[in-house]
Amino acid sequence: MNFEHVAGKDKGKISLFALSTCIWCKKTRELLSSMGVAFDYIYVDLLKGEERAEAVAAVKKYNPSLSFPTLVIGEKSIVGLKEKEIKEALG
Amino acid sequence: MAEDFIEPASEEVDRLFSRLDKDAKQGGYNLNPDADFVRGLVKGLLINERRYGYRACPCRLASGVKAEDLDLICPCDYRDADMTEFGACYCALYVSKAVMKGDQELSSIPERRLPPEERERLRQKQNASAEVLGADIAEVAFKLSLPVWRCTVCGYLCAREGPPEVCPICKVGKERFERFI
Ligand code: SF4
Repeated sequence: MNFEHVAGKDKGKISLFALSTCIWCKKTRELLSSMGVAFDYIYVDLLKGEERAEAVAAVKKYNPSLSFPTLVIGEKSIVGLKEKEIKEALG
Repeated sequence: MAEDFIEPASEEVDRLFSRLDKDAKQGGYNLNPDADFVRGLVKGLLINERRYGYRACPCRLASGVKAEDLDLICPCDYRDADMTEFGACYCALYVSKAVMKGDQELSSIPERRLPPEERERLRQKQNASAEVLGADIAEVAFKLSLPVWRCTVCGYLCAREGPPEVCPICKVGKERFERFI
C-alpha cells in the first residue's frame, strides 16, 4: 500500500486510513499534524482494483464496519475522530 | 486517477449549498450551522457525483455500483435515525434543532450502516421474504384503492400507482421508495 508520509516525532507506527472527501478524516489528519507526530495516511476512496481491496482488508481487520477514519496506532485502533482517545494514545 | 482531483468550482459549491439549505428548511431539517464544515461536505458530494454519477455520502466508502450504494446516497437511509439518537447525521451535514441551538454537543457517531457482509446477508434475507411479504401485501392492497409507497429516507407515505419522481419532503429519487402496503 502506498501511504503518504508526514514527518514528525517518532511515536511508533501510526497509520491513518481515510477518505479524501470526509471532513472527520480531514480533522483527524489535522489533529495528528498539530500534535507533531510522524504518521502515514492513505485515501482509500482514491484507490482502485487490487490496491483498494488490500486497503479495505487492512481496515476491516481493525474495524469490521469499514468506516473512516480508522487510525491504527501500533496494534490499537481508534475509529472516528476521538480527540481525547487519540491524545491519550499518543500522550 | 487525475479526475479525482478536479476541484469543484466554488460557485458550484455555493449553488448546491444553497439548494440543500433551501430543501432542508422546506422539509423541516437543518444544515450544520458551521458553514465551512458544510462547504467541505458539499464539495465532497460534488466530487462523488463526478466520480460515481451520484452523490454518495462523503464520509463513507462507496462501491461505485449504484444499486449497492442506494442507501448511502445523500440524504442517506441512516440520517433520520442518527439525528434522533445523536443530534446529527453521520457526516454532521444535517443537525437537530438542539444542536443548532447549541444545547447539544456534536460527538463522534458510530456507523449505523451494516458491515458489507452483514448487508449482503440482510439483502438475501429480504429477497427471500419479499415473495411471502408480496403475497401478504397483495392481500391487504386488494382492499385498498391504491398501493402505498414509503420513502426509505424520511418515511413519507403516499397512496398512488407508483412512487413519485422525487420525494416531496426530502427530495430523494423514486428509487429510494419501497412498496409499503
Ligand atoms: S445525510 Fe447521510 S449521506 Fe448525507 S452527509 Fe449525512 S451521513 Fe452523509
